Amino acid sequence: MFANFDFDVIRRALPYLFLDGMTFTLTLTALSAVGGITLGTLIALMRLSGFRLLGRIAGLYVDFIRSLPLVLVIFWFYFLVPYIGQWLTGSPRPIKVGAFASSLITFIMFEAAYFSEIMRAGIQSISRGQPAAAQALGLTYSQTMRYVVLPQAFRNMLPVLLTQTIVLFQDTSLVYVVSIPDFLGAASIVGQRDGRLVEMYLFAALVYFVISCVASFGVRRLQTRIAIVR
Amino acid sequence: MNYHWNWHIFFEPNPTGAGTYLDMLLSGLWLTIATSLCAWIIALITGSMIGVMRTLPSKPANLIGFAYVEFFRNMPLLVQIFLWFFVLPELLPNAWGLWLKQLPHAPFYTAAIGIGLFMSARVAEQLRAGITSLPRGQKQAATALGLTTTQSYIYVLLPIAYRIILPPLTSEFLNTIKNTAVAITIGLLELTGQARSMQEFSFQVFEAFTAATVMYLAINIVVVVAMRLIERRVAIPGYISGK
Repeated sequence: MFANFDFDVIRRALPYLFLDGMTFTLTLTALSAVGGITLGTLIALMRLSGFRLLGRIAGLYVDFIRSLPLVLVIFWFYFLVPYIGQWLTGSPRPIKVGAFASSLITFIMFEAAYFSEIMRAGIQSISRGQPAAAQALGLTYSQTMRYVVLPQAFRNMLPVLLTQTIVLFQDTSLVYVVSIPDFLGAASIVGQRDGRLVEMYLFAALVYFVISCVASFGVRRLQTRIAIVR
Repeated sequence: MNYHWNWHIFFEPNPTGAGTYLDMLLSGLWLTIATSLCAWIIALITGSMIGVMRTLPSKPANLIGFAYVEFFRNMPLLVQIFLWFFVLPELLPNAWGLWLKQLPHAPFYTAAIGIGLFMSARVAEQLRAGITSLPRGQKQAATALGLTTTQSYIYVLLPIAYRIILPPLTSEFLNTIKNTAVAITIGLLELTGQARSMQEFSFQVFEAFTAATVMYLAINIVVVVAMRLIERRVAIPGYISGK
């Protein structure tokens, strides 16, 4: 079964796999998580703002994105972003957008919908007395959110946010569909070049598995450590 | 924008020679539905077995269930599909591998099984949560009545647990439908795949993806409405979802 298994092909590809592929994957994951959580928090605040129209728009956006497959959304943005860029900059033809920028925009817009649901639950889990007390102390709405509500919401939701980030890390492999060399894409390129798909895909699976396992173990540890005793 | 919109494209004949572009998309829609239903059946059956195993009072069963869930949850779906499609036939004895490779509709079977097993880990976790959320008295009462473990699961625990986890199961089913789009990578021409090939043949990018988007939204609405009806039918009075 593993008789003609070639470990050397993996060893030779290691620099390319990790320096190019994994760097792309991890950078994309980190920036998308930061962007997605920021945008998601704004969307959650819109939904809870009390302005009917703003809430409706945010709700529609979240429901809309969440009913589409990520692969389709990747295609959408891959083709749409050049036109949006053209519209924004007023250039005569669709502008060229790099692979990284295109996938970063896609993942921020897509994951924001999921992060916003987490943040909404987090904000709603804060007892009503907290914002009421903040207002009684004379804090404005934005001060109430920045100093009282959001810090607690983040803390309560940190494990869930991190778990979603692990999902995001796994989902970044889907940029494969537009031929962007992330970690899996790099493994696939080497595998196809050397005719060693079996070794490369098994190795990629192992790396994803180890990283996700370690990360989710860490999240579980964190969860027990930061849980607020009530 | 100098993009040429052409909404009539859907009624123009497609290059495969069989019908219009709309027919192409509809066949993709059908394949998406068929794949997700097959995957969902696999996910429900294996997920239920693993979920039950994780709640049994037996160490080995627990461990197997735990390992199963961790294995399928910690790898991207795309990688799992590649493992089933490209790697498995190579690792099997030659004759079996050859048979697998020559199997007609291989992408369809691979997608159904791959996505089904991927989702089964999630179903298992939901079912475990549902069973552990039941008051301990249920199990004890069943035992006191003289039911065996199997009987107490079949007649007491599972019927309630399934009803409690119906809402999360609905979203897992929606996830299954969305995940079938990943099978585009192994050449399954489901809805996203057909939209992509329509875009490649006709250069009408946005029309193709708009149509696919509308179809996905329609599937979602149908599933959500249908599940809400079922939820109302099977709700247990006295529980949050009950009347």
